[in-house]
Amino acid sequence: MSKRLIELSNISKSFDGQLVIDELDLYIRENEFITLLGPSGCGKTTTLRMIGGFETPDKGTIYFDGRDITNMPANKRQVNTVFQKYALFSHMTIAENIAFGLKLKKKSKSYIDDKIKYALKLVNLDGYENRMPDSLSGGQQQRIAIARAIVNEPKVLLLDEPLGALDLKLRQDMQYELIRLKNELGITFIYVTHDQEEALTMSDTIVVMNQGYIQQIGTPEDIYNEPQNAFVADFIGDSNIISAVMIEDKLVEILGAKFECVDTGFGNMKPVDAVIRPEDIDLLEPGKGSLDGVVTHIIFKGVHYEMEVTTPDGFEWLVHSTDMFPVGTKVSIHVDPFDIQIMNKPESEDEEAIPIEE
Amino acid sequence: MKSKSKVLSTPYTIWAIGFIIIPLIMVLYYAFTEKDGSFSVSYVAAISDPTNFKALMLSIVLSLISTIICLLLAYPLAMILASSGVDRSGFIVFIFILPMWMNFLLRTLAWQTLLEKTGVINSVLKYLHLGQINIINTPYAIVLGMVYNFLPFMVLPIYNILAKIDKNVLNAARDLGANEFQVFLRITFPLSIPGVISGITMVFVPALTTFVISDLLGGSKILLIGNVIEQEFKQTNNWHAGSGLSFVLMIFIVVSMLITNKYDKEGGAVL
Repeated sequence: MSKRLIELSNISKSFDGQLVIDELDLYIRENEFITLLGPSGCGKTTTLRMIGGFETPDKGTIYFDGRDITNMPANKRQVNTVFQKYALFSHMTIAENIAFGLKLKKKSKSYIDDKIKYALKLVNLDGYENRMPDSLSGGQQQRIAIARAIVNEPKVLLLDEPLGALDLKLRQDMQYELIRLKNELGITFIYVTHDQEEALTMSDTIVVMNQGYIQQIGTPEDIYNEPQNAFVADFIGDSNIISAVMIEDKLVEILGAKFECVDTGFGNMKPVDAVIRPEDIDLLEPGKGSLDGVVTHIIFKGVHYEMEVTTPDGFEWLVHSTDMFPVGTKVSIHVDPFDIQIMNKPESEDEEAIPIEE
Repeated sequence: MKSKSKVLSTPYTIWAIGFIIIPLIMVLYYAFTEKDGSFSVSYVAAISDPTNFKALMLSIVLSLISTIICLLLAYPLAMILASSGVDRSGFIVFIFILPMWMNFLLRTLAWQTLLEKTGVINSVLKYLHLGQINIINTPYAIVLGMVYNFLPFMVLPIYNILAKIDKNVLNAARDLGANEFQVFLRITFPLSIPGVISGITMVFVPALTTFVISDLLGGSKILLIGNVIEQEFKQTNNWHAGSGLSFVLMIFIVVSMLITNKYDKEGGAVL
């Protein structure tokens, strides 16, 4: 893998006595698309702002390319930021906005003009040089904000929930746009979002955060398929998180029924949590699976049906299937061994699943 | 919907006709007629009379100086207010507005007492064996009175607009390489211009037309255009002359506002 470009070491930060980041360690590799993912208040934006130079950590060190930049002001850093609400300069034209950083660096006029043309082409807004920011739509303004940042040729582009203010369709288009930009520019992207789908779609690496702690770092596949704790499992997509007992290696008892699994090393008769994704559950005829139940609820979701299967102990299993089973159907639950993910019970509050608000 | 908004706007229409349009027409009528009712421009032309012209020029100079001093004092203050937390800035704004709750005349009279040759300030200075200040009945006292009375009108619009600037816009400028001075010069100040324009208008116009401040702090020696107009109405009882000069002053204000607005790209809602 490529070298570490940014390293955060033992970072803590609090606001008004409230700890937002607690002894965080994180490194970011060159040319990586890394996403800080978590619910609001998890410390992801604060982490980004510290890298950008808009906040100073109370404790710890930030290294950029091996140099300590902890106390370096924002205007001296080789990173550029795309802000959540665009933060365009409303008194300047689009061209002046994009030229802002280059003019400060005293680049020649022809260089600046070329760069403006190049950047506008890159974000598919050729010919917008003389428009004012207010006359552009939200998506266009966001693309100008990106153009304004990348003309400075930063080594790292920081993006603070840049798509948060856009509607769904536009957001999806912009996701592809960002991936394309990342590949064309060949620079590091640090992306902050609370949208797990966005994170899974775009990232090389996802950092899941909660309450100031990193919960898991991994590729989108790792994070989705092998969540390390209930918080990650619950935050990334739908899942059934069930209290279980690890009887021995590769055998787990869930709600009184024995399931084969592939996890080892938890010990014998150890209480654990089992995570089963709703799309990994197969519904068979009664008696043919591991656990019998009744379909109690069904909703059509387009791609699949979302069903609730209640087992005799009262647990409601969330099941996704392209086959429809009407309410009242007696079914049996079967899960392939490698689709069961075993986790240790949460040791602290930040590792717990977020209570569902209804 | 349409008829409802019409009904609701009736009181304002009546107000505007009764207290703005009719008085304006009356001023115009008096300004352009003789006592016998015949048309004349002599009262408007009276501005070229040396006494009147001198008073107008002095008014312009003193109001300009006051406006500039107000701007220089108000801008840093507004910046401090806008950058400090909501709780604290609320309190400081309150302190600054507090004097405005007191009568304008009383405040100016208080300055008269303070500045008198044997007034409070000089008594204290004398007690401390320091020099005396004799600025009462001079243009300095008038400028002081104008600045004191009109400063809040400069602070508030600038503060309002500065407080509304998104902190991330300033951060974006820093992010792109601007130091604090460049952030101010290229972002903060240009974005605050509409507030500055309102502030200038709200200080310059009342300062230009005041006669109370010059009356109380300038003695009878210094005549501003406001004093001349007041005398025409109250002492000479010549409404035609007073209206003529008022009309000239009005035109002057409108023109100066148009010029100021031209420098405001955003077209702040001043006129």
